[in-house]
Amino acid sequence: MNPMTPEPLTKMNTVLQLTVSNHPGVMSHVMGLFARRAFNVDGILCLPLPDPSRSRIWLRVCEDKRLDQVVRQVEKLADVHEVRRHPGDHPVFLSLGRFFAD
Amino acid sequence: MKTTGAELIITLLERQGIEIIAGIPGGASLPLYDALLRSRRIRHVLARHEQGAGFMAQGMARVTGRPQVCFATSGPGATNVLTAIADAKLDSIPLVCITGQVSTALIGTDAFQEIDTYGLSIPITKHNYLVRDAGELPRIIPEAFRIASSGRPGPVLIDVPKDVQMAEIEIESLPLPGMPEAGQAFDMDRLRAAADMIHSARRPILYVGGGILAGGAAEDLLRLAEKAFIPVAPTLLALDAIPSNHPLNLGMLGMHGARYTNYALEACDLLIVVGARFDDRATGKVEAFCPGVRIIHIDIDPSEIEKIKPASIGIVADACDALRAILPMVEARGREEWMDEIRRLRTAYPLELDGEDDPLAAYGIIRGAAACLPSDAIVTTDVGQHQMKVAQAYPFRSPRTWLTSGGLGTMGFGLPAAIGASLAAPGRIVVCFSGDGSFLMNMQELATLAEENLDVKIILLDNRSLGLVHQQQDLFYGGRFIAVNFPVKTDFAGIANCFGIPSTRLGEAGDPAAALEEALLSHGPHLIHAPVDVYDKVFPMVRPGGANSQMLTRA
Repeated sequence: MNPMTPEPLTKMNTVLQLTVSNHPGVMSHVMGLFARRAFNVDGILCLPLPDPSRSRIWLRVCEDKRLDQVVRQVEKLADVHEVRRHPGDHPVFLSLGRFFAD
Repeated sequence: MKTTGAELIITLLERQGIEIIAGIPGGASLPLYDALLRSRRIRHVLARHEQGAGFMAQGMARVTGRPQVCFATSGPGATNVLTAIADAKLDSIPLVCITGQVSTALIGTDAFQEIDTYGLSIPITKHNYLVRDAGELPRIIPEAFRIASSGRPGPVLIDVPKDVQMAEIEIESLPLPGMPEAGQAFDMDRLRAAADMIHSARRPILYVGGGILAGGAAEDLLRLAEKAFIPVAPTLLALDAIPSNHPLNLGMLGMHGARYTNYALEACDLLIVVGARFDDRATGKVEAFCPGVRIIHIDIDPSEIEKIKPASIGIVADACDALRAILPMVEARGREEWMDEIRRLRTAYPLELDGEDDPLAAYGIIRGAAACLPSDAIVTTDVGQHQMKVAQAYPFRSPRTWLTSGGLGTMGFGLPAAIGASLAAPGRIVVCFSGDGSFLMNMQELATLAEENLDVKIILLDNRSLGLVHQQQDLFYGGRFIAVNFPVKTDFAGIANCFGIPSTRLGEAGDPAAALEEALLSHGPHLIHAPVDVYDKVFPMVRPGGANSQMLTRA
């Protein structure tokens, strides 16, 4: 089976932690890679790091067999310095629940 | 040292060793051009369309292997050059494109000739910049060259607002030029395992792509192939990685590969993939491509390993480094049985080129041209039937003599790429094979060619149609032709003359073979026009989406 073929979405999530250069345009670079593959990203969080030349982007994405490939593409971006993967229950998004209530 | 942003860009380009820049100026790049006027090391070649400028830079880069530069202005200048940049991305060609942009204060106001060049170029560049301060240039320019030429090469775009070009800044010293990074260390245990796998394989094949050329690994490839008797199936982009007449060369695989090539791949028990990426035009239906065969995949780009096909052993490495390292680990082997089988397949399923002895048929013209050209001649093509026929029939002899748009398949590539190739390799003949459909897409560069008076010969195979579309409508859409033929005849030979370029009408020549030779060996630019039959198809052909083992051949 061609690993590039999308498969039905499952409810399993993965949280990605990206350390990136802090300048306008980095978010477009990263999100473009997910968007063109119609890869579901349902949570985005980004703030500068104490070193002001760096930012951290947190993404919550659906676990899908194309994830490895898209992560490798993200790792290739010149402005992305590190990518780490966490389980979907990582607290970074869970703690934000109260801002997303009706 | 006091300088302006524009002067600094030119100085940094000079320090990168850039000698020729192709481009077209405009309002937003006037300061850059004014600074270029004062350069004693860089010559500007004025293209007639920014896409032409981009492909000229590509032609120079494909011949030299080093990043080359093109300039375009903001707005339409930038949108016009995008196709050439996207083409460089898909074929991994190192390019640095510098575009003018409206002044910083006007960005986001829909100013005259303002477009979001940065945003537009994100998905088609390896990296891109919008320079917000002239003080960033000493970092950005060398970094752009480093990124374009390191690892898997690719295009980098630098968008420079007009006020940044005009800004006066004080710099203490100039940065070092940006150079390619050294190849990364790779896993020697995996390489050893790969060598064992090669040794135990009975029917291995090397499937090699553009990474061989990018890595300068053609000689190392031959050494490995010859030492262990491994036949080599190059992709379209790697046809010049191994001499066409080498006994271990299986010829191009894939959609228009010879039957014996695709059958040999079907019969192999180990696929050693080096610098190739399982492109769909090479593999056909991927599930049916070498099913169950063990795969060693060596590529400099980690995202290519396992992208399309899982590998038994994946090695992230430069092709040259990996091939050099594995050579002493691989034992010399004769593989008589496999060689016999390859010989049997070659005899039973040969590449049949209709009309190869006819000086007025496409294959005959290609073979005839090759026979009169020196071995260092550079060949460019456009995209379509003529491209596939040249790929099948031209005898390639040495690396970086074959320039074709593989990944993006851009019609209009051939002429400006040939101009770039000739600029980079003065003294060598450059031949551009084109079709009438493709040629019409960047024909304006005949003016540039005439002006530069380069030794570029255009062989235009004119079937008054978009031939490869015609072929597919005929084969797969019941012969229902739409939007594919050009009912009004265009006088291409006359057009060349109007641009000041001599031409030869092969269709009217008493001795077409002699006329072809005379035109090819004349000095300076020349257009050779040859009418060909629109029903003269490219075979074999794998139906798009079909398995490579199911090839259509002439009826």
